[in-house]
Amino acid sequence: MIKPIVLWSDIFIFLLVLGLVGLFTYLKPSSETQANWRKVFESRLGFCTFMILCLYIFIALLDSLHFQKPLPSTEESSQVFYSNEVLSILDLIHVGMLDKEEKTYSAPFAMYSYSKENMFSDSGQLYRDFPRLIHGGSHLRDDSERMKDIVSKTLFALFKGIIISSILIGSILLIRRTYFYGTFLPVNSACLLLGIIVTGWIWVVELGAYYHILGTNKVGADVLYQAIKSIRTGILLGTLAALFAVPFAIVFGISAGYFKGKVDDAIQYLYTTLSSIPDVLLIAAAVLVIDVYIENHTDQFNLLIYRADFKFLALCAIFGLTSWTGLCRLLRAETLKVSQLDYVNAARAFGVSHTGVITRHILPNVMHLVIISTVLNFSGFVLAESVLAYIGVGVDASMNSWGNMINSARQELSRDPAVWWSILSAFVFMFILVLSANLFSDKVRDAFDPRGLRRMRLDL
Amino acid sequence: MWSYIFRRSFYALPILIGVNFFTFALFFLINSPDQMAQAQLGIKHISPEAVHEWKKARGYDLPLFVNDERNGFDTVTETIFFEKSVRLFIFDFGKTDEGRVILDEIKKRMWPSLAVALPVFLVGLAVSIFVSLIVVMFRASLFEFSVMVVCVAMFSISSMFYIIGGQFLFGKLWSLVPVSGFVADIGALKFLVLPIIIGVISGFGGGVRIYRIIFLEEANKDYIRTARAKGVSELAILFRHLFPNGLIPILTGVVVVIPTLFLGSLVTESFFGIPGLGSFTIDGIRAQDFSIVRSMVFLSSVLYILGLLLTDISYTIADPRVRLT
Repeated sequence: MIKPIVLWSDIFIFLLVLGLVGLFTYLKPSSETQANWRKVFESRLGFCTFMILCLYIFIALLDSLHFQKPLPSTEESSQVFYSNEVLSILDLIHVGMLDKEEKTYSAPFAMYSYSKENMFSDSGQLYRDFPRLIHGGSHLRDDSERMKDIVSKTLFALFKGIIISSILIGSILLIRRTYFYGTFLPVNSACLLLGIIVTGWIWVVELGAYYHILGTNKVGADVLYQAIKSIRTGILLGTLAALFAVPFAIVFGISAGYFKGKVDDAIQYLYTTLSSIPDVLLIAAAVLVIDVYIENHTDQFNLLIYRADFKFLALCAIFGLTSWTGLCRLLRAETLKVSQLDYVNAARAFGVSHTGVITRHILPNVMHLVIISTVLNFSGFVLAESVLAYIGVGVDASMNSWGNMINSARQELSRDPAVWWSILSAFVFMFILVLSANLFSDKVRDAFDPRGLRRMRLDL
Repeated sequence: MWSYIFRRSFYALPILIGVNFFTFALFFLINSPDQMAQAQLGIKHISPEAVHEWKKARGYDLPLFVNDERNGFDTVTETIFFEKSVRLFIFDFGKTDEGRVILDEIKKRMWPSLAVALPVFLVGLAVSIFVSLIVVMFRASLFEFSVMVVCVAMFSISSMFYIIGGQFLFGKLWSLVPVSGFVADIGALKFLVLPIIIGVISGFGGGVRIYRIIFLEEANKDYIRTARAKGVSELAILFRHLFPNGLIPILTGVVVVIPTLFLGSLVTESFFGIPGLGSFTIDGIRAQDFSIVRSMVFLSSVLYILGLLLTDISYTIADPRVRLT
């Protein structure tokens, strides 16, 4: 039997997703909010970027179900020992890539290694040449077949992909005829994007079984596999950090704007103090402190992954700590405005309690700021991770992350000939995520707060 | 005016005290000095003597708040809190772990930082404002759309890629400029060109996005419509009406970063080997030198608060309607 491993970050992310889904089904959003979301989703750009974000989140969720495989049992003991390697459901799907480790660097689609090695010919002669890779292109006899093989496999994958995606798209269109007639969603663009994603996925699986599509890194691990595993780090960091920031910002921002006076003074003092410390320095200082804490409490983390996870969560919390001040200031200003309105005064006059007024009348009217700033912050966190990895205060070195890939790519580029595929893959994966998040957040902002454009941009 | 400045500086004091206490709590309360020593010395070299040596070398062997062994005034002054935190207020930053005086390092290193950060700031501001004006001039056209697409894309790229990519292309492949390095005289120019260009490029996307919105908002105001109605040419509207008025929120918005220019940029400086405060900070973080990090946190808070003060003053200069009382 496999042994499930539950990390705190896994629990948090699943709770978050469940909570959001539950919230949306339980709370019937007001018609205005619905209309705003509709504005986001009926634009092609808004819906397609949303789909890409969903794909990333889906991969991250798959990668958040961890387990350990049992080692082959020995005769003497009936006790089952577990392998030290912690796997996830995603690894099962991409198992072809995981197992195939080379010795060191190899270029994308290569069948020979990237550096020369001493080898012995059949007659016992010592010579230096590029050795064959253990897995990449091992089914080929020599280099001349390679291009033909790649092309034929690509064509086959495209064929398979087009068939599968047309079945998928066909059924979606069929359902649309009967159930969603006249839906506002941009179904055609969505179907096109879905087809591209499905075909691309099939191509990766087909060719990934024979080649290292994006080459291998210094220790011979598949770069594509690394980049895909890094999705979890990026997504979780962005969402959890935003999650940590929101409660602080809501509680402090609204109470400052609502209660005014001494409460306002105290909260303003708190966030001015925190925001006057530069983010990077605050994060760096906090991570140094947490490193010391982990170093002194090694006994609490019996697996390497627990340790990395603790550090990761701490990093998310620190990100949240540094970013709630911006949203808090916005919420305070907006609450000051909203709490002057007649219906709030009327509610107070009817004897509604403070908590009642805040939750029923103020919170719903400032919620759009929370949504906008959360989505805006998300891409900032993903980008910041790479800078922190370089400074040496990012996620644990044992975790796959784009920041760690970029960091190691610095030396690779100064090699001769340069190793360019690691940084390129990190770039592409990160760019797609951040670009989608930015475009999506622009759409959300336009829909929810068309007049407050400038305020948001200048403050964040 | 002067009384306002004086009063505002006085208000800044509680914030600085807050920052000071916060950093103290972060560095000394979450982990005790003993734990810091253990973590830095590693498991192998651990012994009570080694820990004591480590603490003594850094002045961490004092009690945190109250020193019972001393009398009178010294019970409060001969403590870690006083020695390490309160002394920051008179800019006594102490020494690095290697024994160098931090204040001297700061004085020496802020000029190279400024040599990079100031041109990046000025050129970047000029380029972004100019491009966003052009974009607003051709608003609601294919040109605006394509520039904005480029800006979103540039905005979505981590600054790390600009630096690494720039170094690789300009420094290694085309060998136009040295990859990294610095000299203290006019020869530094060839080392500074690439970091400045990269700094401008990486700030370009975000800058144009913000300034365009400001100019667009300004372009929808009544006085622009009036100017157009009385027959002022589009170019004259753009440069004589829109530009100066849009400049007010932009300039007052960026004033806050001017004092922090002395701190330089962490990543750029460290990549290009510029001996500024940014690389000093990174070296401190990498070497886990708490005294450097603590000093830099305090110094940058001081500069940030100075920036806030300058922002308020700049409002009165840029817009005579605003009066400081």
